Amino acid sequence: MVDPSEAKGEGSLRKAFGGVLGFFILLLIGTLAFSIRLFSVIKYESVIHEFDPYFNYRVTQFLTKNGIYDFWNWFDDRTWYPLGRVIGGTVYPGLTLTAGSIWWLLNNLNIPLSVETVCVFTAPIFSANAAWATYLLTKAPAHLFEVKGTGAGLTAAVLLAMVILFLLVFLLISDNQNVPSYISRSVAGSYDNEAVAIFALIFTFYLYIKSSDLKNYTQTLNTGSLFYATLNALSYFYMVCSWGGYTFIINLIPMHVLLCIVTGRYSSRLYIAYAPLVVFGTLLASLVPVVGFNAVMTSEHFASFLVFIIIHVVALVYYIKGILSPKMFKVAMTLIVTIGIAVCGAVLAILIALVASSPTKGWSGRSLSLLDPTYASKYIPIIASVSEHQPPTWPSYFMDINVLAFLVPAGIVACFLPLSDASSFVILYITTSVYFSGVMVRLMLVLAPAACIMSGIALSEAFDVFTRSIKFQLPKLFETPPSDVWQLIGDTNNGTQDELAKVDSKIPTEKSETTVKERPSKKNRKKEKEILEKGKEIKEKGKENVEKVSDKRQNAKKLLVLPLEASAVAILLLIILGAFYVVHCVWAAAEAYSAPSIVLTSHSHDGLHVFDDFREAYAWLKHNTDVDDKVASWWDYGYQTTAMANRTVIVDNNTWNNTHIATVGTAMSSPEKPAWEIFNSLDVKYVLVVFGGFVGYPSDDINKFLWMVRIGGGVFPHIREPDYLRDGQYRIDAQATPTMLNCLMYKLSYYRFVETDGKGFDRVRRTEIGKKHFKLTHFEEVFTTHHWMVRIYKLKPPKNMTRGKSKKKINPKTRTKISYQKNRNKNPWQ
Amino acid sequence: MAKPFAALAIPLFLLSVVSLLSLRCGAFSADRPTDRRLLVLVDDLAIRSSHSLYFSTLQSRGYDLDFKLADDPSLALSQYGQYLYDGLLLFSPSVQRFGGSLDLAGILDFVDAGHDLILAADSSASDLIREISTECGVDFDEAISFQDPAALVIDHTSYAVSETEGDHTLIASDIFIESTTILGDEKIEAPVLFRGIGHSLNAANSLVLKVLSASPAAYSANPATKLSSPPSLTGSAISLVSIVQARNNARVLITGSLDMFSNRFLKSGVQKAGSSIKTQSPLLFSFGTALVLRSEKSGNQQFLTEISKWVFHERGHLKEGECMAQVFLSMNFLVKEYSVEIYEWSGSSWKPYVVDDVQVQFYMMSPYVLKTLSTDKKGLYSTSFKVPDVYGVFQFKVEYERLGYTSLSLSKQIPVRPFRHNEYERFITTAFPYYGASFSTMAAFFIFTVVYLYNK
Repeated sequence: MVDPSEAKGEGSLRKAFGGVLGFFILLLIGTLAFSIRLFSVIKYESVIHEFDPYFNYRVTQFLTKNGIYDFWNWFDDRTWYPLGRVIGGTVYPGLTLTAGSIWWLLNNLNIPLSVETVCVFTAPIFSANAAWATYLLTKAPAHLFEVKGTGAGLTAAVLLAMVILFLLVFLLISDNQNVPSYISRSVAGSYDNEAVAIFALIFTFYLYIKSSDLKNYTQTLNTGSLFYATLNALSYFYMVCSWGGYTFIINLIPMHVLLCIVTGRYSSRLYIAYAPLVVFGTLLASLVPVVGFNAVMTSEHFASFLVFIIIHVVALVYYIKGILSPKMFKVAMTLIVTIGIAVCGAVLAILIALVASSPTKGWSGRSLSLLDPTYASKYIPIIASVSEHQPPTWPSYFMDINVLAFLVPAGIVACFLPLSDASSFVILYITTSVYFSGVMVRLMLVLAPAACIMSGIALSEAFDVFTRSIKFQLPKLFETPPSDVWQLIGDTNNGTQDELAKVDSKIPTEKSETTVKERPSKKNRKKEKEILEKGKEIKEKGKENVEKVSDKRQNAKKLLVLPLEASAVAILLLIILGAFYVVHCVWAAAEAYSAPSIVLTSHSHDGLHVFDDFREAYAWLKHNTDVDDKVASWWDYGYQTTAMANRTVIVDNNTWNNTHIATVGTAMSSPEKPAWEIFNSLDVKYVLVVFGGFVGYPSDDINKFLWMVRIGGGVFPHIREPDYLRDGQYRIDAQATPTMLNCLMYKLSYYRFVETDGKGFDRVRRTEIGKKHFKLTHFEEVFTTHHWMVRIYKLKPPKNMTRGKSKKKINPKTRTKISYQKNRNKNPWQ
Repeated sequence: MAKPFAALAIPLFLLSVVSLLSLRCGAFSADRPTDRRLLVLVDDLAIRSSHSLYFSTLQSRGYDLDFKLADDPSLALSQYGQYLYDGLLLFSPSVQRFGGSLDLAGILDFVDAGHDLILAADSSASDLIREISTECGVDFDEAISFQDPAALVIDHTSYAVSETEGDHTLIASDIFIESTTILGDEKIEAPVLFRGIGHSLNAANSLVLKVLSASPAAYSANPATKLSSPPSLTGSAISLVSIVQARNNARVLITGSLDMFSNRFLKSGVQKAGSSIKTQSPLLFSFGTALVLRSEKSGNQQFLTEISKWVFHERGHLKEGECMAQVFLSMNFLVKEYSVEIYEWSGSSWKPYVVDDVQVQFYMMSPYVLKTLSTDKKGLYSTSFKVPDVYGVFQFKVEYERLGYTSLSLSKQIPVRPFRHNEYERFITTAFPYYGASFSTMAAFFIFTVVYLYNK
């Protein structure tokens, strides 16, 4: 934990003390990160959440039951009927394998946990891991401050300050893991790829920093660390296994390398950090079935190869520079540049030709919608229809990162104060992730760790300044002789000088690097920094000018310290700020993000209501239908149906086949008879719709219906969106268009709805429905849950006999007698 | 309790029927599809004696006949959810309303549950009877009969000659359906006597078949009144006897003449007026077509007996036996093997059904493979083929629908998956340059390492 830069008698004791303290603080952070995510288990139950986690859960069950080879070769014939889905080749296996291994390990230790339990608690466990990884990553750019704190001749006051600093940095880091946007994806039960992927992401970044030795200048300074570079590739492999977001890594790291090269910070350490990552990383990535040749074929990965070429050229230039005379070097340089440009031109031409031949320019739809935020809404309604692919609103930033939003700028400033390679990497990270989070709300997840690191640096810097001010003024306060202070300063300087001497002796050759490296520590810097404190909860708002004192070079230099009172108040305020932030995080974890969405609750004047309709419906399907029956529903409910009801579905949340989804969308948008024909051709037996009009559950199928029309109409042009809109307005009341009132989704949602209150008042749309009394001719209702949230219909078989052509009798007497006849044709609306 | 019949015919639409079928024990089962217990509903118990010949042929074939008046208040087809009868003979054309709880829906449910029905109407057919037949897909001549209830089928060319010159409503028809399954192997030589109302069928309705049709010269009108407007039903559009095989293989016979079942028609000889295509003896035919030909006996007996055999599932009932479908890997191709056994009910036992036109589809949204199954003459049909290079959930589908036979619709779902990781070819000849490249690189690297480390 503590930088092992020096080892003197008393110092080593303090170091040990700091180490133990740091260890326990980290332990507490892990515990906190784990336990803050248990709200969902306490408030609801230990259950898998939402949609995708159910698929992951089902896959994990399969893995634990059948072993890894069957998992790898798994062709799932219970989904996407009749196309099926090759699970082994289309799934990111990291999460599944992780949970499966945990389960296997526990079982072998005779701890018989169910697979579900393991799955539920995987995300909290990994968020603790992610907290530790963030600590490590934050330490890298923040090392300068730590060096200051753990410098030679620490007094008790400094130790205290250091402890506070540690505490704060750690609290921040732990908060980082408590940052609501990350909590939202990693509460207990949210068994999704992101749960482990964020850990892998941060850890990969940490290992990259570590392997390029950007922080560690006390050992193997000029060689980098191949060991960490290999670990880095392995960590990258784990990330590739876990989440499609690995492309973020493989683009961000090349960007940083390029930045280092452009700013003249190239070193062999950088090369050692980067080259193995590209080679091993790409090789390993292509071993993951779902990535395969994409690792070298798609545009997402081109940046890494381009930079790979550039770094080799640069390395060559440096090498030639070393062995040739300056004159020769000039000649060689022009030669290399000419050849290099020619080769680059040729490669570029080939690339452009290759890329241009692909309609999406070699990018996947999801990546394109990142680069061009309007892309999805224009071309791929299926991506645009997912709510988590929408851009976030401003309030969601306040909700999700809260105080950090104000601390991040301060952190960025702090990173620039001594701009090291590590801090430039973090700046790059925050900049890109802010952009991405602005495009897609789910990528707030990537922003969260970056924001936390930045805020951690900002807070640590601020505390450093304040505690230092206090430290230098405390002795005066207690009338202690100033010699102590001067001795301290002398010690500090001695230590620094010793250190620098050591460094110098170790790196006599790499001139350029050492200057780069030492520039910040040698120069005397004075910077002013503004910290904006604008927490919602905090009453006092205002700015506070903070003067920060950096390292000193000579004894004669004046100490820039803040007044004691100001420092004390500022520390207090910062602690209050942190406390409010913690309160917000806990509130968000407990209230906003812990709902499993499979069980819903609502508080009303007469107490708590629990809506367990989804599980009720899936249990009904499981117990009352044949095991091979096919159930059609909108794709949102596919994963849950296969996992909970174990019935074959037509489409599910893995939206790999747009046409198939469009077929279901078309059926839902068609009148009864064509819909029946479409479903019958797919061997569908049951149709499941989610209807929230009775209890006011807003994310029901009627609200999603326009997407069904759009997606269906994208493939089958006879479905036209304007047919469902009255003057551009989507409505279901009496003003709705006849197409809308006759489509299957409307009928299945509102069938018999008028019987509930006599008027058919829809609580979600807040209107009376347009068509109240109607009969179904080709479908029959078989099950409706307690709160009408899920309604299951069965396709009626074709009539046993075809009726003749004869018209009905005119004789009313006969007609009234034949009640059967009456029932068959009574439909006042047709 | 026998296995329900429908359980082996896979079609989805039968599933609702399965529940009903499984409740009852009865003759309509996989083991013995022939009906046993029949209910005869009559307007007048006199029919029991006037049509005794027909009933006795049924009884002699082992059926239990239960005669009841159509308006008997104790009338019930089912009790405690179980049907009491396997078949129903509606010999009560004029009934306005059934007794007991039985109504139109009850009759249709009876058929939908897989039971058989013989419906005989005549010129006095009530609305109820007409409604039943309409639901089955048969429209009795209605428009005219509504104004004029006595519309009968009249044929001035192929009427049956009787002692007195009648109104030509007694028709002798010999235009049968060409199917040995329905009408038996033995050819019906004599024309069938018919007196009653005609009906028409919807050409789009594939479930209904015309078994006995009128001659092109026939028309439907009231013989007593003068024809004011052209008759709505004319010529061979008029069907005299029709059969329906419902989607659940329940069979229905509908005829517009109750008299054709009577002893009188069964026993009487037939003289067919005019030029007859079919004669009893080719010799007589050569003497002159204008002559009245006298046959010994009408064809009613044979026709009605044979067709009742069909209706009550003594004939033309198929079932599938063991069905086997498997996929295996052979020479790097997935091969499907499919075999199915098909048996026919002969009235007393199951016999292998031997034809050469049974086809199987390998189906996923559309047929990928369509193959005729080869037979071993013992009822086993089999084939094997290479699986198309598409994976998904395929179905083996046998849709066997032939005239007179119950439809056989089998489907067996089988997923076609990609190769497992260890099912691919281990070494590919075309890849030898790559193997060479990698091994030579490894060797070169080794040599380089040795040279670099020890050569200095």
